[in-house]
Amino acid sequence: MRLNTRLGGTAAGLLAAALVLAACGSDDDDGGSGGGDPSLNADATEVTLTITDNSIVGGKNTEGAEWITNWVIPEFTAMQAEKGVDVTVEFEENGVDDEDYKTKIALDLQSGGGGDIIGIDGIWTGEFAEAGYIAPLTDVAGDAVEDWEGWEQIPEAVQQAMTFDDQAYGIPVGTDGRVIYVNKDLFAQAGLPDDWQPTSWDEIIQAAEALKQIDGVTPLQINAGVPMGEATTMQGFLPLLAGAGEEIWADDTWTGASDGVTEVLDFYGQVYGDSAYGDALLQQEAQGRDTSFAMFAAGELGMLIESDYFWRSVVNPDGGINPMPNRDEVVGWAKIPAREPGAGLDGQDFVSMSGGTGRVINPNTEFPQQAWELMMFMNSAEAYEAQLAGVPRITPRDDVNATALAGDPMLSFIAEEVLPITAYRPALALYPEVSVALQEATGAVAAGTSAQDAASEYQSALEGIVGDDGSISD
Amino acid sequence: MLVIAVFLLFPAIWTLYLGLTNWRLTGLAAREPDFVGLENYTDALSDPDFRNSLLLTLVFVFFSAIVGQSILGFALAWIARKLRPALRSVVETVVLLAWIIPASVVAFLWLALLDRREGTLNALLGTDGTAWLLEYPMQSIIVFNIWNGTAFSMLLFSSALASVPPSQFETARMAGAGTFATLRDVVLPNIRGHILTNTLLITLWTFNVFAPYLITAGGPQGRTEILGVYIYRVALRDGALGQGAALSLIMIIINLVVAAVYLRLLGRDRPSRRGRKSTRERRA
Amino acid sequence: MSVRAALGVIGRYVFAGFVLVFFALPLLWLLTAPFDSAPSVQVSVPDFTLENFRTLWDNPYAMRSLGNSVIIAAGTMAITLVLAALASYALSRVRIPGRDTLLYLLLLLSSIVTGTAAMVPTFLLMTELGLIDRQLGVVLVLTGGLLPTAIFILKDFMDSTPRSYEESARVFGASSLQILRHVVVPIARPGLATIAVWAVVQVWGNFLVPFILLRSPEQQPAAVVMFTFYTEGGQPNLGLISTFSLLFSIPVVAMYLFVNRRYGFRFHGGIKR
Repeated sequence: MRLNTRLGGTAAGLLAAALVLAACGSDDDDGGSGGGDPSLNADATEVTLTITDNSIVGGKNTEGAEWITNWVIPEFTAMQAEKGVDVTVEFEENGVDDEDYKTKIALDLQSGGGGDIIGIDGIWTGEFAEAGYIAPLTDVAGDAVEDWEGWEQIPEAVQQAMTFDDQAYGIPVGTDGRVIYVNKDLFAQAGLPDDWQPTSWDEIIQAAEALKQIDGVTPLQINAGVPMGEATTMQGFLPLLAGAGEEIWADDTWTGASDGVTEVLDFYGQVYGDSAYGDALLQQEAQGRDTSFAMFAAGELGMLIESDYFWRSVVNPDGGINPMPNRDEVVGWAKIPAREPGAGLDGQDFVSMSGGTGRVINPNTEFPQQAWELMMFMNSAEAYEAQLAGVPRITPRDDVNATALAGDPMLSFIAEEVLPITAYRPALALYPEVSVALQEATGAVAAGTSAQDAASEYQSALEGIVGDDGSISD
Repeated sequence: MLVIAVFLLFPAIWTLYLGLTNWRLTGLAAREPDFVGLENYTDALSDPDFRNSLLLTLVFVFFSAIVGQSILGFALAWIARKLRPALRSVVETVVLLAWIIPASVVAFLWLALLDRREGTLNALLGTDGTAWLLEYPMQSIIVFNIWNGTAFSMLLFSSALASVPPSQFETARMAGAGTFATLRDVVLPNIRGHILTNTLLITLWTFNVFAPYLITAGGPQGRTEILGVYIYRVALRDGALGQGAALSLIMIIINLVVAAVYLRLLGRDRPSRRGRKSTRERRA
Repeated sequence: MSVRAALGVIGRYVFAGFVLVFFALPLLWLLTAPFDSAPSVQVSVPDFTLENFRTLWDNPYAMRSLGNSVIIAAGTMAITLVLAALASYALSRVRIPGRDTLLYLLLLLSSIVTGTAAMVPTFLLMTELGLIDRQLGVVLVLTGGLLPTAIFILKDFMDSTPRSYEESARVFGASSLQILRHVVVPIARPGLATIAVWAVVQVWGNFLVPFILLRSPEQQPAAVVMFTFYTEGGQPNLGLISTFSLLFSIPVVAMYLFVNRRYGFRFHGGIKR
């Protein structure tokens, strides 16, 4: 009996505590949303700053983590010491799945804590801003933000990745672009040209038909289905939709079962339908994307739409996941064509999609000015050059790209040819759910549903997601 | 008790409260969650995906946990007693390994086993190109879960059997009772409480199991989207934590019903065969 | 009779053989991949190398994380064991109406707390208590989640210890704690051993709680560090993952073998007669 009463009493007490805590929690949220006072502690001589990022020495994104540890922190500390400011920079490393990382920083920001400078995926900007977790840079760090020299070096489109409601919430750190990768050996065997560049979807199908004649070769894999997650949307549906001249979010309206959506789904039908140019089963497997990479590296797959990530981290003979020792000779690439010339977004002949990562300043920071200085420092041309000394990758800055990528034909191609024609996803809170609806539609087509039916299923899924909060075009 | 109160009751009650809101981790609903009452519950119950998932879960729990893990676990515990110690250690270690390897790695093991192109199983059976995970998705994850979780039942039943007084086995042996009779007359009455405990626990756990997601991603076409996976999809991937909390409570209520059924079948309502006081009876 | 016995023996070994194959088959990959210079999701004779082990040895967090796992697992296991033994003994001996129902309800609540939806309340609670980035916080949260189940399992073992032993001990003037220690614990030992192994396994594989509550990578346990061996695009580095899994499994298996030998699941009939 004794046990029982004690337990009951404690539970009641805790319930009361819970309500108090919950109330406190919501107060904090209101305070965090607008950003604090930009001049807070501006004259401090002892400063501690924390950088949080999803990279870790010896693991995920190790180059980025090593750069922060071995270059950014010592250089910045020394620079500040000259000014008489004693700065301690801590680096909170993470090495986990993006979704888990997002959960962790969202919890941090919600509780009023978290690092001073936080690396995020550009696509989270909208959700985080709406939640009041992050604030426009000018609110956090003041007008000094607008005077930064770097803005001129970062193309408007790339800046969009960290922009929400026309306000910059952070500085982009990297961007990418999507192309069709081809296996030149297989192309030669199929009698296709070495410098293959399709100008319409039909030409992709024609090349697939030629590749199909080679034994044991899957002509192409266009990502479809839910198991591949965002890879389906970014490396499959959206570049094709751009090729059909549409965007998923345009003029404050979500795109429903439009002509473009149906055309894209119909193309999926051609790829995975009776002719079976692509392996439809692969798109249903949980690790299908890994398998498609392994197949490409083993010379069993002819074409694949991917971003420069594939070149840098997958087939890279030096440290890639599926290294191809002869990558530079065998792997070719072509721009993604519109459905037919001129049919692409804004009348383009070729299209692409890009994602981007960036850094934001925590609105709860105790040292907004010093955090902004560190941000500028991390995004200076000098800083990018130091970072690229390791493994080259595309930076948001034109001045750096122009010189640092010269040694890598693939990355220069993306920077020069693809970035000017690329498009970005809407950084809105609803986007992830819409993306899943698109993945379901493509998966259904790959599994045999007609494009018409899949499009109308998508339309009703979209209606369920958007509800009364937005509009849908068709 | 304080530990339970602070670290269990408190978050649990808070979570149940969240289940009455439209709270999300990010977006507008994170800043100003609305109290939506029972909307999360009615939404879930009217979602065909949820009902489908519930049905799949019942099948999954019945075959993989109640039938598979309990029976195999008991059989292992029973047989292992009579094996040579070295062999016994090997068997137990292998079973245990299947349990302790983290889910993320277990997924690779099973993909290596069941892969369509290069899988070990296809190589052994000569069934090249059979996509086990796509053609027999539910069967695959049931077998997987038996593999993954039997160790617990084996451990629990080993301990339970160890606490059966040897004198009773001796008596049964002297009376010439066969294996079946011994199980029925000596073992069952002694370990009835453990059987109930084991069944309750593995049922509850299997309702929450998430690892099959790593092998089938809930597919093909939602055919392996069991409740643990469904909740993951709603709560983490779609970020609807309020809804996720509501689903947890629904799952608990289902478990309460299931527990009532177990109690009826195994518990105090049924007098034990030989009239000896079973542990459950003493509790009543 | 002897034919039947022989059949029994054969049956036993056939069954043991079948179980071995069933459980070992998927594990094969763990034996080949770590030693392969370019492993895929395929069991094959490795192109032998120890490079993966060397890489892990040089990794700043990998080896340390195994130590962290040991600390967190041992701490959680010890607290769970002590509290669960006391609570289950008390619950087994004190008559409270609805006791079993209460216990089962606690068990159900624990399944909420270990679910994803509860991570936010847990996180905010730990923030208020100042236990973020401390392994103690992880231990306490995990203990809270494990206790109901531990009590639930142990109570069966406590129930089956005959009260006559305690009564005679009491006659000799032993206090309650002494009885628990010298009479009940030895009898419930197989149950305690089960709980110990179970608790360690639960903690060992837990990713979410330590990941969210700990900040510095130096403190993270192995289950979290496992995820660092993926690329930015989410592709696994199979060589490092399989090698790390192998290292990851060894302490738990060793612990099991130790507990099994020392405290054993081979308990024969209570107090020596």
